[in-house]
Amino acid sequence: MIKYDSVNELVTMAIALNKNISELVINQQAEELEKSTEELYETMHSSLQVMKQSVTEGLDPDLKSASGMSGGSAFKMKKYVDSGKSLCGNAFGMSIARALAVAELNSCMGRIVAAPTAGACGIIPAALLTMAEEKNIEEEKIVMSLFTASAIGIVIAHNASISGAEGGCQAECGSASAMAAAALVELAGGTPEMVAHACAIALKNILGLVCDPVAGLVEVPCNKRNAAGVANAFVAAEMVLAGIESAIPCDEVILAMKKVGDLMSYSLKETAEGGLAATPTAKRISQRIY
Amino acid sequence: MNVFDIIGPVMIGPSSSHTAGAVRIGKVARTLLHEEVIEAKIMLHGSFAKTYRGHGTDKALVGGIMDMLPDDIRIRHSLALAKEQGIKVSFEEIVIDKAHPNTAVIHLTGKSGKNVTIRGASVGGGNIIINNINGLEVELSCQNTSLIVVHKDTPGTIAAVTSFVAKSGVNIGNFRLSREERGGLAVMAIEIDGAENESLNEEISKLSNVISSTMLKRV
Repeated sequence: MIKYDSVNELVTMAIALNKNISELVINQQAEELEKSTEELYETMHSSLQVMKQSVTEGLDPDLKSASGMSGGSAFKMKKYVDSGKSLCGNAFGMSIARALAVAELNSCMGRIVAAPTAGACGIIPAALLTMAEEKNIEEEKIVMSLFTASAIGIVIAHNASISGAEGGCQAECGSASAMAAAALVELAGGTPEMVAHACAIALKNILGLVCDPVAGLVEVPCNKRNAAGVANAFVAAEMVLAGIESAIPCDEVILAMKKVGDLMSYSLKETAEGGLAATPTAKRISQRIY
Repeated sequence: MNVFDIIGPVMIGPSSSHTAGAVRIGKVARTLLHEEVIEAKIMLHGSFAKTYRGHGTDKALVGGIMDMLPDDIRIRHSLALAKEQGIKVSFEEIVIDKAHPNTAVIHLTGKSGKNVTIRGASVGGGNIIINNINGLEVELSCQNTSLIVVHKDTPGTIAAVTSFVAKSGVNIGNFRLSREERGGLAVMAIEIDGAENESLNEEISKLSNVISSTMLKRV
């Protein structure tokens, strides 16, 4: 029985059973949903296929959202990476391109997997598909790592929030980034404790980020924050794999995120009344659209 | 909450509340009409009224009215598809006192001239609540399979319907009755556990004093 009320619970149980968090979670979920682990694997596998398709479609140079604010950035990013001029190399450049592709496709009414939300849907696919390509990881392991990411997401949803309207962008892109970091560390062979440290570090780095969408639409600054979110997931995973630990335990970071979210002004929680949404340019854009 | 609430659903963007939830509201209206739509009058309140063009809420509602699911790629072109199929669609911005900010009122006319009006709200994460059907107050979360039984308010009708459900071995999770006036039109909103058994629905619609029965499945 897993209650998903702390990351520590997941870590302790995984260690006790000598399993990865993903194996622990798929078995428990099969029991809870009264389905076989194969069925759950297949459902997650089909979500991964949608994620791959979203990246492909999002790289279309002619993509354009109804407002005209989004589309085409992912194509530009990939073209730049392909030219060999990327400052940080292929893995970093392509993770940005993939995050932009999925997020922009979402803005343009394409088909995506909410992970954990539509607004943050680019981060997890970008992290996992880049890792798969760079390190030649077989698909089965990528699918399994989505169970680890989900388990972290459930704990965050229980103890804080995964909704921008409740907790600001830290709850959406922050949660997605922490989930991605957790999955990356497990895929790289990290221990369950390391998974928790990566999750903690990723959340700490995005703590306090507000939700301030221009014109109330899931476009600006959301799409570029998906790119920043995947970069942050790699930053956290790299540090942890190097042996660096989070000074604050993961569950305390999650509770801190909840408190920060509660303290955040209503104008900074998806109402399009504060932050970037209240800038003169954002107001002009908003007037043009409506 | 399970793993597929976190990684999922597969949906057409950009927003679970303004797009995925809107498709679901449209689909409920279409299901209650029981036939192809020839005209849809859609009224939008609150955030729906303010942002529907940018979020594609209009396309999402029309997609649902055309029986599409939230992950149907045709949603992006649903307004053009509706036009091609000769479905007349109109939008109006309205203000409803004390309604949820993401509320839509949908009035549908079917090819045989039948009408259905519903009021629904998209309450976050793609979840919806249907508040009103044909002028009668209901409160349907659509999280479970529901039976919407429109009937004449006469003694014994509720007992007949619920005992039929019981005899079929189906458990009722929630029940709400609403009526116009004594002896007038009434609606039972019955949420049932599991059992998406269409024959149950057909049999209920044959009971005396039942005008129509509709099974709404979770989509």
